[in-house]
Amino acid sequence: MTLETPVVVEPQRPWKATPRELAPTGYLLLASAFASWAVVAATPMKGKLAYAFLFFVFGTASLSINKGRKLGRSAAVDSIAGSVAMTGAFLVFLPVASILFTTIQKGVKGLHWTLFSQTMFTASYSDPISKGGLLHALVGTLYLILISVIVSVPMGILTALYLTEIKGPGSNFIQFIVQAMSGVPSVVAGLFIFASIIVTTPVKASAIAGAFALSILMIPTVTRTAQEVLLLVPMDLREAGQALGATQWKTVATIVVPAARNGLITATILGVARIAGETAPLLFTIGGSDKLNWNPFKDYQGALPFYVWKGLLLGTPESIQRAWTGILVLLILVLVLFILARTLGGRKMKSK
Amino acid sequence: MNSFDSSNGEEMSIDSAAQTNSLASVASAHTAARQPGNAPMGSGLEARGIHAWFGKHHALENVSLDFASGTVTALIGPSGCGKSTFIRTLNRMHEFIPSAAMAGEVLLDGKDIYSKGTDVTKIRLQIGMVFQKPNPFPSMTIGENVLSGLKLAQLKMSNKEDLMQECLERAGLWNEVKDRLGAHAGGLSGGQQQRLCIARALAVKPKVLLMDEPCSALDPGSTLRIEDTIGQLAQTMTIIIVTHNMQQAARVSDYTAFFLSEGGPGNMIEVGPTNEMFSRPRDQRTENYVSGRFG
Ligand SMILES: Nc1ncnc2c1ncn2[C@@H]1O[C@H](COP(=O)(O)OP(=O)(O)OP(=O)(O)O)[C@@H](O)[C@H]1O
Ligand SMILES: [Mg+2]
Repeated sequence: MTLETPVVVEPQRPWKATPRELAPTGYLLLASAFASWAVVAATPMKGKLAYAFLFFVFGTASLSINKGRKLGRSAAVDSIAGSVAMTGAFLVFLPVASILFTTIQKGVKGLHWTLFSQTMFTASYSDPISKGGLLHALVGTLYLILISVIVSVPMGILTALYLTEIKGPGSNFIQFIVQAMSGVPSVVAGLFIFASIIVTTPVKASAIAGAFALSILMIPTVTRTAQEVLLLVPMDLREAGQALGATQWKTVATIVVPAARNGLITATILGVARIAGETAPLLFTIGGSDKLNWNPFKDYQGALPFYVWKGLLLGTPESIQRAWTGILVLLILVLVLFILARTLGGRKMKSK
Repeated sequence: MNSFDSSNGEEMSIDSAAQTNSLASVASAHTAARQPGNAPMGSGLEARGIHAWFGKHHALENVSLDFASGTVTALIGPSGCGKSTFIRTLNRMHEFIPSAAMAGEVLLDGKDIYSKGTDVTKIRLQIGMVFQKPNPFPSMTIGENVLSGLKLAQLKMSNKEDLMQECLERAGLWNEVKDRLGAHAGGLSGGQQQRLCIARALAVKPKVLLMDEPCSALDPGSTLRIEDTIGQLAQTMTIIIVTHNMQQAARVSDYTAFFLSEGGPGNMIEVGPTNEMFSRPRDQRTENYVSGRFG
């Protein structure tokens, strides 16, 4: 047998940059910041934009020259591409961060516990913020999201399966319709439900009518995303399943869909993100009640975007405060739902 | 590196002095070659005390092997013993796996490719690789695939057509594709795709070529063609080939190293000139494996 020596070898990652190796990057960025400040101070260029632009130029150039001096021209080009990609990511991140920051900053002032136990039934929007609450809107939004998910996710995924797996008759036409549907203005979705359901059938303005309007927006999003995800599942897997004697349905249900599982959850999340903040389709379809209504099938219903809209419309300081707080609650709700979807959806994958 | 001094007693290393193919000289080279500063001449590759981990899973333990320039070394061993993992530490592909870690040194011409400040792209340009699964670039034509390495590394190409033909001929694919160099590579059969990948690896003229079961998807004819190519290439480069085919190892390689994992991490059990490894291996486990009596 092998003569084992007691020397223990530690796992290492020599490819990871050490703090000492990262230091020059830090210095160069600091120098770039200083240089941009100096240029802004010394020339007629003014403002944050000039500062950001100069920092980008100096930073990219100095990092690239530094890399190129050590490793040659192609490394320098690589460094420029990296800087540009990073700047792009930052440019996307900036407005998002600024929206989040503003919402939290303005919304937090209106947060208090009775917000989640009271409705606006007895209070007015221009009352002090400590009176009344948004429980009715929270319940309404939860109903709207829940029903829309129940309607749209199966329909969207089944449509995607039809388009990618079965490729049956009419696929091209359906594909076209789905694409066209994703361009439907949201207010039209509301009008459509109003005209086709609320006016002509016994279903009146309620959570379910609102959810139908939202589903019109959600189905194309879910379908398109699910389709892209299913197309990513390698053809080999389908062939492997069918070569084992499985029917197409079995192959799809036990191999293709589980393989695309995380992507399908993403499709659902994107769908929810598409509708959670929609106000326009709800204008004609839920009635915008200020009263708590636990029945999603009957009577007027409230919703968080509706609550925000009402608050903004009134325009008093209190009502605008309510609107900000409503947006904050909506953001938190959506975030919680996403985290739930990820953890519940991801868990089974890991334990496998 | 501590592990380097404490390599276990059964490991052998190869160096250029061992080319007489005698057991005695390999055995005497065993200790001599381990001393720093005694590296073989030319574009040799030297692995010293290589360990590899995937997260907590210790996949490879203390492997030291010298690959003298211009030799062909076959790595053999049962599935899952760490041959692919080892070969991937030799051109720094191991680090692409997020959980991966390693220890040890890999010396190319006496310089550690893991040392700080090394340009990893230049290393990979010098140490080419052919993968277990064919992976031609699907968006490129057959011809573009062959020359893709030059384009990706931004190398000048003086005579494209000749280089393309030479590489495809060496990979044994020229006759089948010469009329459709402009066709997309995805339309080739699995074996043809693999030979295309070999041609692609040859085009950048690496100093060392790593081949991970390059012939597992090939018919006997193309396999022989590739083995021929390996023989010719060995005059200008160092070749390390993983194979499950004992005959192939015997046919193409100068040296053979046997890897084995007995429950724990994979180890290199024995290395020596190929004919000796197959005729009179020193370790019983090697004997069992090469004679097909593996339990
Ligand atoms: N990406 C990875 N993540 C985690 N473990 C891995 C990974 N790749 C390989 N391993 C583990 O490392 C060990 C060695 O695997 P390796 O692929 O090197 O074997 P091999 O000798 O090449 O086998 P084969 O002859 O079948 O190709 C195995 O136990 C394997 O499970
Ligand atoms: Mg392998």
